[in-house]
Amino acid sequence: MTRIRFQQSLDDLKENLLVMAGLAEQAIQRAIEAYRVRDLSICDLVSRSELAIDRLERDIDQAALDLLAMEQPTAIDLRFILSVIKINADLERVGDAAKSISDRVRQIEQLAPVDLPVDIPRMAALASEMVRKSLQAFIEADPELARSVLAMDDAVDAMNRAAYKALTKVMEEQNHIAAQALNALMISRSLERVADHATNIAEDIIFWVQGSDVRHRKSVIMDGNDPHAMSS
Amino acid sequence: MGVGIEVINLNAWYGTNHTLQDINLNIPANHATALIGPSGCGKSTFVRCINRMHETNPIARATGTVRIGDLDIYKDAKPVQIRRRVGMVFQRPNPFPTMSIYDNVAAGLKLNGFANHRVLDEIVEKSLKNSALWDEVKDDLKKKSGASLSGGQQQRLCIARALAVDPEVLLMDEPASALDPVSTSKIEDLIFQLKTQYTIVIVTHNMQQAARVAEKTGFFLNGRMVEFDSTHKIFTNPSDKRTEDYITGRFG
Repeated sequence: MTRIRFQQSLDDLKENLLVMAGLAEQAIQRAIEAYRVRDLSICDLVSRSELAIDRLERDIDQAALDLLAMEQPTAIDLRFILSVIKINADLERVGDAAKSISDRVRQIEQLAPVDLPVDIPRMAALASEMVRKSLQAFIEADPELARSVLAMDDAVDAMNRAAYKALTKVMEEQNHIAAQALNALMISRSLERVADHATNIAEDIIFWVQGSDVRHRKSVIMDGNDPHAMSS
Repeated sequence: MGVGIEVINLNAWYGTNHTLQDINLNIPANHATALIGPSGCGKSTFVRCINRMHETNPIARATGTVRIGDLDIYKDAKPVQIRRRVGMVFQRPNPFPTMSIYDNVAAGLKLNGFANHRVLDEIVEKSLKNSALWDEVKDDLKKKSGASLSGGQQQRLCIARALAVDPEVLLMDEPASALDPVSTSKIEDLIFQLKTQYTIVIVTHNMQQAARVAEKTGFFLNGRMVEFDSTHKIFTNPSDKRTEDYITGRFG
């Protein structure tokens, strides 16, 4: 009863998710590039890719639903399909975050350039690195690489908190550049969300490969006390 | 009430074929335990050792210890005594074709010399109610033969027959594999109800059925018990790669 057709369907699902991942990763990189060079034509590319991401999200969900209904998968196959459904949703939201950043870039482009006390490119580089690593972990089914993504999330959270503090101060004290500060704050928030989605993806990969539910236990994982937390 | 089953170093042979090798496990009381594995893996032999049916084959033998509750079945009891404590339901329903529905259920009791008609009536009714068949047959108990019922009804009749002797353990060897989905669903619902009163061991090739009805699942392969754990664990994250390969259909 070797299920060759089913295994082929799982491979197809993985391949489609990687296409989705490629689009989402590209969208966030383009949005960051649009911010860096203030190029609205790149924002248009982000908007277009969002449509493709949304379409692919529906296709992947449908394929996963069909496999659940028709094949009654178990064990690692069941965990894989559940993880794909969740990663799919996270990737779609990475696409949304890219769109949100590009919308902010459109507004920033209308305003006078100012120096703000926030390092968006550094934060963007870290969030992008998290997405890239989580997707590499998915390709290689590598839970250790996925765990390294979890450890990076706190740094992005700290950057976002610092940006919030610095930029709200700018808004309070320098009213004439409040709009620029607000846009930068929203971009910082979007990048923090991207990092959260990368973290979710990494957690789903650990669940898929090892059957361990590590959600909400980041501090334990980083302390190295419970590498296979809450085995299901 | 059901009792637990303790199996220690159970080995079984058919002639020179060593069909069960060093089986050790504890089957919990008042739970449903599913046994899965590819054809010829030894799971049916295992259940036949639990009620000493295995040894009815002249070339078959078994060694080791099987305790049903406090009773060491290979040491302290005769096969007939064991079968009163351990009911069995087979893959194909096997009602006595010439007997009425009533007599099918009462057969085991009558065979043991039970003759009080009032008590027999009560036991037949209770057994048919416990097997979820009473409402469908109560008006034809003595008019219709067991063979006149549908396949699903016949299987529930066989369950009623097994329950009538008030066993502690109910063994079911692929009890729904010959039934349609509606009848299968009724048998599964029944297992769910019966496990509050009996210890149930079910052999099944239908892994979704094992996942639906059993709290514990054992995976047999080549005469050995590869893994025995909670059904949840077996079907979501088994410990042994061979279990995972089997339940995900990578071999078998």
